[in-house]
Amino acid sequence: MVEQERVRVVRCGGSELNFRRAVFSADSKYIFCVSGDFVKVYSTATEECVHILQGHRNLVTGIQLNPNNHLQLYSCSFDGTIKLWDYVDGILIKTFIVGHKLHALFTVARAEDSVFVTINKEKPDIFQLVSVKLPKSSSQEIESKELSFVLDYINQSPKYIAFGNEGEYVAAVRDFYLSVYFFKKKTTSRFTLSSSRNKKHAKNNFTCVACHPKEDCIATGHKDGKIRLWRNFDDDKKYTYTCLHWHHDMVMDLAFSVTGTSLLSGGRESVLVEWRDAAEKNKEFLPRLGATIEHISVSPAGDLFCTSHSDNKIIVIHRNLEASAVIQGLVKDSNIFTGLMIDPRTKALVLNGKPGHLQFYSLQSDKQLYNLDIVQQEYINDYGLIQIELTKAAFGCYGNWLATVEQRQEKETELELQMKLWMYNKKTQGFVLNTKVNMPHEDHITALCFCNAEKSENPTLVTASKDGHFKVWILTDDSDIYKKAVGWTCDFVVSFEEIVTIWDSETWELKCTFCQRAGKIRHLCFGRLTCSKYLLGATENGILCCWNLLSCALEWSAKLNVRVMEPDLNSENIAAISHSSMGSDLFVFKPSEPRPLYIQKNISREEVQWGVFVPRDVPESFTSEAYQWLNRSQFYFLTKSQSLLTLSTKSPEEKLTPTSKQLLAEESLPTTPFYFILGKHRQQQDEKLNAALENELVQLPLTENIPAISELLHTPAHVLPSASFLCSMFVNSLLLSKESKSAEEIPDDVDMEEEKERDDSDEENDFTEKVQDTDNTDLGEDIIHQLSKSEEKELRKFRKVDYSWITAL
Amino acid sequence: GIRCVAYNNQSNRLAVSRTDGTVEIYNLSANYFQEKFFPGHESRATEALCWAKGQRLFSAGLNGEIIEYDLQALNIKYAMDAFGGPIWSMAASPSGSQLLVGCEDGSVKLFQITPDKIQFERNFDRQKSRILSLSWRPSGTHIAAGSIDYISVFDVKSGSAIHKMLVDRQYMGVSKRKCIIWGVAFLSDGTVISVDSAGKVQFWDSATGTLVKNHLIANADVQSIAVSDQEDSFVVGTAEGTVFHFQLVSVTSNSSEKQWVRTKPFQHHTHDVRAVAHSPTALISGGTDTHLVIRPLMEKVEVKNYDAALRKITFPHRRLISCSKKKQLLLFQFAHHLELWQLGSTVATGKNGDTLPLSKDADHLLHLKTKGPENIICSCISPCGSWIAYSTASRFFLYRLSYERDNISLQRVSKMPAFLRSALQILFSEDSAKLFVASNQGSLHIIRLLEGSFKHLHTFQPQSGTVESMCLLAVSPDGNWLAASGTSAGVHVYNVKNLKLHCTVPAYNFPVTALAIAPSTNNLVIAHSDQ
Repeated sequence: MVEQERVRVVRCGGSELNFRRAVFSADSKYIFCVSGDFVKVYSTATEECVHILQGHRNLVTGIQLNPNNHLQLYSCSFDGTIKLWDYVDGILIKTFIVGHKLHALFTVARAEDSVFVTINKEKPDIFQLVSVKLPKSSSQEIESKELSFVLDYINQSPKYIAFGNEGEYVAAVRDFYLSVYFFKKKTTSRFTLSSSRNKKHAKNNFTCVACHPKEDCIATGHKDGKIRLWRNFDDDKKYTYTCLHWHHDMVMDLAFSVTGTSLLSGGRESVLVEWRDAAEKNKEFLPRLGATIEHISVSPAGDLFCTSHSDNKIIVIHRNLEASAVIQGLVKDSNIFTGLMIDPRTKALVLNGKPGHLQFYSLQSDKQLYNLDIVQQEYINDYGLIQIELTKAAFGCYGNWLATVEQRQEKETELELQMKLWMYNKKTQGFVLNTKVNMPHEDHITALCFCNAEKSENPTLVTASKDGHFKVWILTDDSDIYKKAVGWTCDFVVSFEEIVTIWDSETWELKCTFCQRAGKIRHLCFGRLTCSKYLLGATENGILCCWNLLSCALEWSAKLNVRVMEPDLNSENIAAISHSSMGSDLFVFKPSEPRPLYIQKNISREEVQWGVFVPRDVPESFTSEAYQWLNRSQFYFLTKSQSLLTLSTKSPEEKLTPTSKQLLAEESLPTTPFYFILGKHRQQQDEKLNAALENELVQLPLTENIPAISELLHTPAHVLPSASFLCSMFVNSLLLSKESKSAEEIPDDVDMEEEKERDDSDEENDFTEKVQDTDNTDLGEDIIHQLSKSEEKELRKFRKVDYSWITAL
Repeated sequence: GIRCVAYNNQSNRLAVSRTDGTVEIYNLSANYFQEKFFPGHESRATEALCWAKGQRLFSAGLNGEIIEYDLQALNIKYAMDAFGGPIWSMAASPSGSQLLVGCEDGSVKLFQITPDKIQFERNFDRQKSRILSLSWRPSGTHIAAGSIDYISVFDVKSGSAIHKMLVDRQYMGVSKRKCIIWGVAFLSDGTVISVDSAGKVQFWDSATGTLVKNHLIANADVQSIAVSDQEDSFVVGTAEGTVFHFQLVSVTSNSSEKQWVRTKPFQHHTHDVRAVAHSPTALISGGTDTHLVIRPLMEKVEVKNYDAALRKITFPHRRLISCSKKKQLLLFQFAHHLELWQLGSTVATGKNGDTLPLSKDADHLLHLKTKGPENIICSCISPCGSWIAYSTASRFFLYRLSYERDNISLQRVSKMPAFLRSALQILFSEDSAKLFVASNQGSLHIIRLLEGSFKHLHTFQPQSGTVESMCLLAVSPDGNWLAASGTSAGVHVYNVKNLKLHCTVPAYNFPVTALAIAPSTNNLVIAHSDQ
């Protein structure tokens, strides 16, 4: 990062995976899903993100496999382009510029050179389905403005449109209409359900549509939970439909299996229903999927289904209705009460997840690490129910303790309040419930904080409540019960509406009081490191104050409508985000001086709700003074619409790629006979080492860690230079530095055998000798010696077999 | 409850038999009006009903008899024992010349329909258990017979069973004891559709005797099936009260391959749907809950009018209640008894539309049971409250009722004349001095009532040539005029004073549903079923 880039706001991970239906690759190995501006390629077996296809400048709104080449993927976006990707290598092949804002994408095998997109013309609510001709050209960027109109007055979501019978007709639903357009006849039939005028049919609205792959049958989902199967729809008069009814609430999505023998449906019940033979009596269920099913898709091979859920999760399900993999993104709950926190142990972002859960989300890998069930009660999904809400959480003592507060208030007077304390268990690597306190306060708890003083051996927790008390909780010796104590630590400050009081944690005496004439205090924080004598407060009516604790005087104050104020744990810096009608602005400053270090105007249109500094694993070195505050930490913030944003000079995805690439490589290692030999050998080696206890250095250098090998392995064969050229470099890379022990060399040698075997056959003699050499000289153990001899025989056998094809070339 | 329905395509009439043996005939083109009815009989539980040879109606029941009804005279033409034990099913051949019955003893008997009777022709191969359902192949060459646990396919020529198709007893994984084939339908392409007690609708290939398709549609029995004449849709009724419609739908728009698809379910019944029928434009169902539901098929209806609306026939179309205005008595007619009630009275007064409190509750005065197994056809109480008359299919009863100060006494007027055997309609004159009886031979009798006795005054004989019976009577309040109407012909007005036919109102296309003569003006008001 030597070159000076502008710091810009970057959407970092956490984007919706459930925005559109996920798409399976033809062999069901990969699953594609839209994720903000990117398309993510996940492996269905390992749940890992294999590729991120990036290139769109706006939200990706649709993805479809290229029907004529199943190794390619089309994607469309709000930026008005359709892009064609090679998803195996993650390469952008072509870009078609359409120009309109594209809302959905459909491909049909029959229409070879055109795709269908939904665009928005003139009025904001009128959407059209048009077919776009994709011109054949060798250039990377092609303008394709040739649009032909298909259907008008449709819904923007692709759930409301389906193509049937290999593209013979397209069915679109909206409100109470089902329109079917026949491409051959060029006619549209429209069917109307009795609408809301009739009370009985008030919820007849169409919610989704799917077409039978083999027969002329359209399945539509409705708001009242009914599924209708339409037939004979080419005749305006003789059309007929049948009803399937199990869902009690809106049918969110429908999908037919590849052969059409079964129909899948899902909704708010979070139960996947499989209707076999479209018979009402013959259905199977996959219940308890955790959250509302938003989308259902079926793999072209027919062996897998997948459901996208409202909690940003994709579940891959086997044909026999067994969930096999879960791809979990950042759960977006509408109410983030806890704010953003950093788990000191895993450096994961912690916030409200599913209702009643706390989620640990890894910013680096953009996936959820785990979910901690705080409320530990069955969640009943229904309107009008008042749920227990997780309102506050705090980490303490380097991540050893976690305190959470949950509340439920049905009426004004009936407040249910519970505080839970969780201890980190090293064995299980998770938090275990330690103490439960019912009604810790009389009223809502407004703040929760652990004492971070290093000297205190007992974890100390302070809670402040609307009832006008604050309470200090200390872990009593050897018992799991916290004793209530009224006291104070100097790290804690409590503000009562307009008054700030400072208390000594040792003596629990009131130290001093600051009075602010203007407004309620919304945020409070201490300065860090060199600035620890300062206390900062932000008030409701837009004033930021800084007090000097030593002199007990107001140091400075500034007029700033602060929404979020976050201190950086690794430096003195404090970030404040102000909000105005124009947008949110970011200010970074040191408490010691009123002049801000850095100002970024208009980081977001919406109101920023929470922010947090995340320490960097590897410190960056920005030379520019303005960016120095980003050296050791990164600032993440969450807007009102639940998008997680950060400030960066480069996209965080660039950082993600190396790890994902490596994963791909590991996965794609072929299981050759050598692989088995190698594995066995290594196992033997490990056992030997363990038995003899002669060596603590068990960590053997893995092939993946050697750059030359991995490069050799991952470069496509047709771009490799000749083997003789590579050889020396390759052998060099395998040589170990002198200090390493002899035992370590063996696996590498075997690796080398493998590589050699594959790449060059000319040096056959040399090679075998060398192997023998290393074996003889380096190995004292008999077993290994024998093993390698037997291997050698095997290798020779292979050699005889293998080289025939080379001569044939 | 409704036991069976039979639809006649030629005349667009529907025959409905009830569990008490009553058979009603509805004219679907005349706004679903109940034109005719045949009173029930305790021993005649109708199990099957069918039209044959155009307009002839046959029924068969558990007493083992086949009955033909006389639709003109509204009585039973003849009853014939089939000698096979209780009859469970009956089907007329597509040509209408043969009648097939399935009996308790497992025999299928073929009858030839002669112009005035039926004649036993032969037996088919006897099966092990009772034959519950029968269906002819439209070509008339084969029949399918549903029994318990299996369906047999017979060749009509040889009378031998050529296939025996066993039905799975399994029901949702649980093996029921028996699987009863409640209904079969033979299509012209050789497909046999069966409905059974396990809730299945199954399609069989009669040529090979194999199961083609299985639809599990209900948790309970599927009890009835009816196929449209075009064989492009059929309807089944289940014991859950649901009626399912199946349609033959082409698989894709450009292929000729067609398949049967369950389309719409209709839940208009609260109890078992025992019988269904399929008219060209409507699905008709009836069951234990006594409603007859006629559900028009929207796609077959040309214009949207009142005919296209769903019909639920719940109330009887006949007069079952008569009242005595002076004594405030109500006479209720049941199948086998009459009930006499004294209306409650009130002392309060109020405006029109107010609900007044009762000072005295309605009182059950009399429970009059009939003798014999026959159902009551009609009944009447005189306006003065001192006479009660009722009639069964073979006897006429007249009672003298005296009711004073909670003291009730009933005295039968004996020695009824021989011509007064059965009446279709009874009416007292306004002053209770005359009794008008419409008999089922088409004649009208006028009887003068005296204290404890009576005197036959006159008999209006039907016009020459017609044997149509009168079933509606109306008398003018001054007692001078009597209007009588039959099922189809016009309304006759008689002068009671000089005992002559006064005039005949010309016949209208639709049957008369009600008659009345206005008190002061002596205008005759006629209500027809279409308006």
